[in-house]
Amino acid sequence: MAKDKLLDFDKALELFEPVLGFEVHVELNTKTKMFCGCANAFGEGANTNTCPTCLGLPGGLPQVNRKAIESSIRLGLALGCEIAENCRFARKNYFYPDTSKNFQTSQYDEPIAFDGSLTLELESGREVTVLIERAHMEEDAGKLTHMGGATGRIQGADYSLVDFNRGGVPLVEIVTKIIEGAEADAPEIGRAYVSAVRDIVRALGVSNARMEEGNIRCDANVSLRRRGETKLGTRTETKNVNSLRSVERAVRYEIQRQAAILEAGGSITQETRHWHEDSGTTSAGRPKSDADDYRYFPEPDLVPVAPSRDWVEELRASLPEPPAERNARLRDAWGFTKLEFQDVVNGELLDIVEQTVAAGASPADARKWWTGELTRIANAQGVGVATLVAPTDVAQLSALVASGDLTDRLARQALEGVVAGEGSPAEVVEKRGLKVVSDDGALIAAIDEALAAQPDVLEKIKDGKVQAAGAVIGAVMKAMKGQADAARVRELVLERAAQ
Amino acid sequence: MSDLIKLSAAELASRLAAREVSSVEATQAHLDRIAAVDGDVHAFLHVSEHALETAAAIDARRAAGEPLGALAGVPIAIKDVLATQDMPSTSGSKILEGWVPPYDATVVARLRGADLVPLGKTNMDEFAMGSSTEHSAYGPSHNPWDLSRTPGGSGGGSSAAVSAFEAPLAIGSDTGGSIRQPAAVTGSVGVKPTYGGVSRYGAIALASSLDQVGPVSRSVLDAALLHDVIGGHDPLDSTSLGNAWPSMADAARRGAAGDGLKGLKVAVVKELSGEGGGFQAGVKQRFDETVAALTAAGAEVVEVAAPSFEYAVAAYYLILPAEASSNLARMDSVRFGLRVKPEAGPVTVEHVMSATRDAGFGAEVKRRIILGTYALSAGYYDAYYGSAQKVRTLIQQDFATAFAQADVVISPAAPTTAFELGSLVNDPLAMYLNDVTTIPANLAGIPGMSIPMGLAPEDGLPTGLQILAPAHQDARLYEVGAAIETLLEDAWGHSLLSQAPLLTEVTR
Repeated sequence: MAKDKLLDFDKALELFEPVLGFEVHVELNTKTKMFCGCANAFGEGANTNTCPTCLGLPGGLPQVNRKAIESSIRLGLALGCEIAENCRFARKNYFYPDTSKNFQTSQYDEPIAFDGSLTLELESGREVTVLIERAHMEEDAGKLTHMGGATGRIQGADYSLVDFNRGGVPLVEIVTKIIEGAEADAPEIGRAYVSAVRDIVRALGVSNARMEEGNIRCDANVSLRRRGETKLGTRTETKNVNSLRSVERAVRYEIQRQAAILEAGGSITQETRHWHEDSGTTSAGRPKSDADDYRYFPEPDLVPVAPSRDWVEELRASLPEPPAERNARLRDAWGFTKLEFQDVVNGELLDIVEQTVAAGASPADARKWWTGELTRIANAQGVGVATLVAPTDVAQLSALVASGDLTDRLARQALEGVVAGEGSPAEVVEKRGLKVVSDDGALIAAIDEALAAQPDVLEKIKDGKVQAAGAVIGAVMKAMKGQADAARVRELVLERAAQ
Repeated sequence: MSDLIKLSAAELASRLAAREVSSVEATQAHLDRIAAVDGDVHAFLHVSEHALETAAAIDARRAAGEPLGALAGVPIAIKDVLATQDMPSTSGSKILEGWVPPYDATVVARLRGADLVPLGKTNMDEFAMGSSTEHSAYGPSHNPWDLSRTPGGSGGGSSAAVSAFEAPLAIGSDTGGSIRQPAAVTGSVGVKPTYGGVSRYGAIALASSLDQVGPVSRSVLDAALLHDVIGGHDPLDSTSLGNAWPSMADAARRGAAGDGLKGLKVAVVKELSGEGGGFQAGVKQRFDETVAALTAAGAEVVEVAAPSFEYAVAAYYLILPAEASSNLARMDSVRFGLRVKPEAGPVTVEHVMSATRDAGFGAEVKRRIILGTYALSAGYYDAYYGSAQKVRTLIQQDFATAFAQADVVISPAAPTTAFELGSLVNDPLAMYLNDVTTIPANLAGIPGMSIPMGLAPEDGLPTGLQILAPAHQDARLYEVGAAIETLLEDAWGHSLLSQAPLLTEVTR
């Protein structure tokens, strides 16, 4: 594949105005699929969570998942959308083997939610409002695996396998209106928008919201308009950009790639493009014309969805605090830097840190334990960090350190015990006998013994070579099996040596 | 020929309940009849290997004193459009040849749950597209009244099975008349319930917004008994109605016993009465006689106009192909059914799909897929599918006007008696016009019934009376249907089907 020519980003911005648009697919975490009772779950054998309906067998019929409607409405409301009083599903007809019926049951001209907006705050402090055109419900396709051939792609494969476990999983597709005026912030706006959607989805609890697992998938539309022109340029749609960083990179790449083509007198092909995470480049997919004919028509096997206004208002009243507001409030209250706070958010630790603080820990301690030691253990064990210990455990541990009962090192040992299921931090300290020896008498005895054993050191200390005390402190800490406050030991050593 | 096969389902059920006869005996009698005549009639695509076993199990449960359904032990034939997990379900198409579904349609599950005995699967036009069974990929069925003629379609297998005494009951499906027109031309009874009255789950879809599964039988009471078994809400079919339905059998018994025709308001639709021609003279004659008989019995007959009906066939042949083109897209060789490798070119999934659909679909199916694909295309949607949906609304309004003046609407159920096999198969438009009387009910979603209306004088073949009622008023249909059936049979002195030829003597 020939390498794309890229124009310098600043030069591209000087000549062209980037115009953006995003389609974000959110996979809902309902127990069952969108149109049948099969489990919305993976990890079991291929095609195990299937039935006549999601396999597209003759005679299969869809039934709408009420929970998916509820999640869609909540998501629509959180995006500031209007909720349709009456809307229908439609069939999007096209032949492809990952779509069991050879049509996707989706929504066409009657989305469940429409006309919303989302305000983003960029690093520079600039605020950008992205208008949401619509959020509609649809079903996911199955998963194709291409066998044989070198690349694992369809070209050159001997045969392909289809797994319909994902077929029929509920999706909400959120479509923005075109975003103009992004200018040099365009890549960051892409990232910030998808991040904001992710935070909303996570706060609502309607999706597992893991981009790396494809729970949230972003298609980024980019076009360039030459300065001074009013007509929009031809756009490309980069599909399945599945991390925040990639969204930013993909937008930047397309701006530079398209600018180079236009600057050389070429024209942009309206097409989908594949995103390559490893090389940070895009490549041509299939041509996409506005006249693609999916022969949409209202799904005759389903009755219209008509959410009552009472229900919608009930759902609106139960919405959580908007993530952007909550983030600003907590960051302020906790006194975190933007980076520290982002660490907590990206680690999906906001709730748990908040609970830990509520249980009495200082925000700094709560952050330190959850983003540090606990995240390390969770990664090592390959489990979710929230499953390791309770927020109250962390608060208790933090209190034990604050009171001087544990050193940091002892606290880590105590934590190990809690993770291993030995009980609360206090119980582990008790059982393992980890508590700091704070009895000066015991320490002094050990110090006197150490000083007696190292008379040369005592002389050095007396001569004012205070750093020589280190050897005695080490010996005492060893004698106390580490369960002493080294600072206190140092104080006492100097005291005793002076006598 | 065993007398058991001549019994109505109601009579057979009562003898079974009284243990005067066993389900095994009744089932064996029908299997014997199938073996004797189905070579000529070709009502069945598949005869069940489990029927006797099922019958024996029901007999054993009856002997053990277990409570059984009203039709327990009665054999039944099932149109091949329904998914059955113990029998192939092909919908009359090569593309599904040998496909045994991993599940039962809701209607089939209800039949089994009510202890009926499935005898086999009946022939039909491929994917229910046709009015003669001549579009079946497995060859046509023959009308027991005259084996050179069609038993109607698409459900000609079910109507032939019932009228040839191969089964006392059958299941049909009606998208534009596929239960009622075959009933009319074979002298049997067929009912298309209110749309949503019977589950479509497991019925291989032709046109989702028009399809309705319903009973086929030799009497109105038998149809009602069967309707009570298969009807009612099904959460697996989103278009299924949540109504609490009254007993159809009670309604039929009420109609047969009482003098319900007195004061009954009956509307004759001008556009469906054969006024403008197009109806066979004998059909028109029998219809006019029936109207006279109803008047004589105290019914009040009024004529109503339904000006939108003239667009019904045109609208139907836009909506049906549009929905069918999408419904049949799943027949692609990937997950089930026929798979054909392309003769030339690379073996890509697109080429395999294309080669399979080319080999697996018959000409009529292809014709309708092409029509439907065209009608749904961008730029044509509003003119075709959109306009057709508006016609539907107008037809509903015409019916509303009629039902404001009358309890039921009547018309001939088919414009002609059974036509000769081969006579219309190459003239799709003429074939489509067979459904001119039945299509409006599907477009409006209302229930309709065909009952025998006598033999046409010119050819001695059955004619059918169509009775239509407002949506949800299926019980009214059974009550009025049974009353008219009684009126006519009393006048004739016998049932129409008792005059049907005894096929064993005619052909062997």
